[in-house]
Amino acid sequence: MAAVSGLVRRPLREVSGLLKRRFHWTAPTALQVTVRDAINQGMDEELERDEKVFLLGEEVAQYDGAYKVSRGLWKKYGDKRIIDTPISEMGFAGIAVGAAMAGLRPICEFMTFNFSMQAIDQVINSAAKTYYMSGGLQPVPIVFRGPNGASAGVAAQHSQCFAAWYGHCPGLKVVSPWNSEDAKGLIKSAIRDNNPVVVLENELMYGVPFEFPPEAQSKDFLIPIGKAKIERQGTHITVVSHSRPVGHCLEAAAVLSKEGVECEVINMRTIRPMDMETIEASVMKTNHLVTVEGGWPQFGVGAEICARIMEGPAFNFLDAPAVRVTGADVPMPYAKILEDNSIPQVKDIIFAIKKTLNI
Amino acid sequence: MTRAPEGDAEPRPRLPAVVTGHRRHPQHSMKKMLAVFISRVLRRVAQKSARRVLVASRNSSNDATFEIEKCDLHLLEEGPPVTTVLTRAEGLKYYRMMLTVRRMELKADQLYKQKFIRGFCHLCDGQEACCVGLEAGINPSDHLITSYRAHGMCYTRGLSVRSILTELTGRRGGCAKGKGGSMHMYTKNFYGGNGIVGAQGPLAEAFNMAALWKLPCVFICENNLYAMGTSAERAAASTDYYKRGNFIPGLKVDGMDVLCVREATKFAADYCRSGKGPILMELQTYRYHGHSMSDPGVSYRTRDEIQEVRSKRDPIMILQDRMVNSKLATVEELKEIGTEVKKEIDDAAQFAISDPEPRLEELGHHIYSSDSSFEVRGANPWIKFKSVS
Repeated sequence: MAAVSGLVRRPLREVSGLLKRRFHWTAPTALQVTVRDAINQGMDEELERDEKVFLLGEEVAQYDGAYKVSRGLWKKYGDKRIIDTPISEMGFAGIAVGAAMAGLRPICEFMTFNFSMQAIDQVINSAAKTYYMSGGLQPVPIVFRGPNGASAGVAAQHSQCFAAWYGHCPGLKVVSPWNSEDAKGLIKSAIRDNNPVVVLENELMYGVPFEFPPEAQSKDFLIPIGKAKIERQGTHITVVSHSRPVGHCLEAAAVLSKEGVECEVINMRTIRPMDMETIEASVMKTNHLVTVEGGWPQFGVGAEICARIMEGPAFNFLDAPAVRVTGADVPMPYAKILEDNSIPQVKDIIFAIKKTLNI
Repeated sequence: MTRAPEGDAEPRPRLPAVVTGHRRHPQHSMKKMLAVFISRVLRRVAQKSARRVLVASRNSSNDATFEIEKCDLHLLEEGPPVTTVLTRAEGLKYYRMMLTVRRMELKADQLYKQKFIRGFCHLCDGQEACCVGLEAGINPSDHLITSYRAHGMCYTRGLSVRSILTELTGRRGGCAKGKGGSMHMYTKNFYGGNGIVGAQGPLAEAFNMAALWKLPCVFICENNLYAMGTSAERAAASTDYYKRGNFIPGLKVDGMDVLCVREATKFAADYCRSGKGPILMELQTYRYHGHSMSDPGVSYRTRDEIQEVRSKRDPIMILQDRMVNSKLATVEELKEIGTEVKKEIDDAAQFAISDPEPRLEELGHHIYSSDSSFEVRGANPWIKFKSVS
């Protein structure tokens, strides 16, 4: 009786959890969740858990989100928690930072991070530096999130990757989820963190489904900020990446495996603070390193990794110079053939790995 | 064409039932706001239909005088004239241009759905009187810059339909050689097409400096009632955009009437050229398509509203009716123009889908201007492109 009334009362997504507890001899259902739904779930759970959390941005409420990431949230939480703003990035980012300083926990959505350039002074000077400048008095518990990097055919002003720009700044934490599990765990950690966190999502990943392990289905599922994950074990070469290119690295690794080359693929998950320990331990094991990112090469994420390798214990374990695979050093062109050659493809990763291994 | 009978009081707009009472659900307030918008649109529609229709006097077979809507003024003693002379040649030109923009946008819609156009595509069908009227009021040597809903202005500023459509399909014959796409098209004295817009702060700064230094700048707001999916009422503390220049004078203009836009633009341009400083123009207009091709455009407004504007306020229809009724042109002549425009668009589209893509070697070109050539890094250190200015 209790089980039946529980089934009736609770929302659908908790039913599978309920079933697991009642009928523990059944293997948990393999749940497929898209990255979009994972972020939605993460925000929903945090909005429910803490009434100080709220979401603001363009089209997040009544339109359900420009990319439908906040679908259903306005209907559930109303005007006071899910707020549509005018097209005024500098203005609403400022309002969000002020709210965070006063004790609320805002999630400030940029429709894409390209638009965050309009508000970058608020992100850096008002959010990132304040705890330091105040001598530890004024924390700014804010999340800036939105899609980052290249999409498909959106041309130069809408395709920039901001991982290096934000990763450059002390005071900010910067995370870059790849799959659904990353997306949910990192957004929840970001919201619970008392510091400004930039969450760099990826528009092309929003609709991609991934298997959601049982622990990710919990309302307290968190992925620690500052910890990378080894997605694939390997012995011959370390391949480090973040966001969508992680998938390309795994594809490259699958192809190379058939040729007897075993790649260790590391999903950074966090850009800042970077998990150098995991990367160094891997390089000390494999003796080779390739970094892969969507952003431009100069002063990029890969450049930082290479510099730090040289400064640390792993340098002496390198059998060949480290190599970076990146976006092409041009503003993103529109024509398909040019765009395809401006982002790192699987073939570029394979080529770089083979060159590094001298095969 | 429907004519309101002479001496009629303004017909009452059809108001859907207004939701009253305690707001139980956020959806109710949405319906209430939609009701307000529809009534606003219809009221403007009805007023204009009643006022304008009958006052066309034919002067000769070559031109006619028309009464146009009086502009609301901000910080101005007098505004643009309320009558204007339209010559047959001008009328045919504006008709052809507006029809070309309309058909070009509809062709872009088609090409987008056929996946020949990728990424973002913001269409301006419904807003033709704005770009055509604007061009009619300025000189080719004046400078123009706009946001992403730019295809109409690309054409009126002198780019051919062929070069615009071919840029949209990302081929080498495009006006930006395929590298810019929908939002990044340029030509002489036209600075795009821009994808990033800052609607409040940066604008206020521009107003301040323009007024301070008396810059000859006309700030134009094409008010199509919606900022993406958010209605003006939900995004703006004041929707009297023509007053938002504060200390800058402004005009509220009927943006569906090409003659009204032309006269207002001439007035604004003269104001600036005489050294008085900047001026603001709000063009009240409407877009038939959603914000972009990925927005159906009906979740925040009703199909009824769109249909109402199409049937009562279409800018091409307004000009057509005027020309035919004042015998500046015959229905057959205008149909003939329609046929010619159709052919021009079809030919341009055919070229746009058959022109080859840019050469891969051009990926690195045009990073810097007037520079010696240098090497550009590709996706890995072994892929190199040459950059030529």
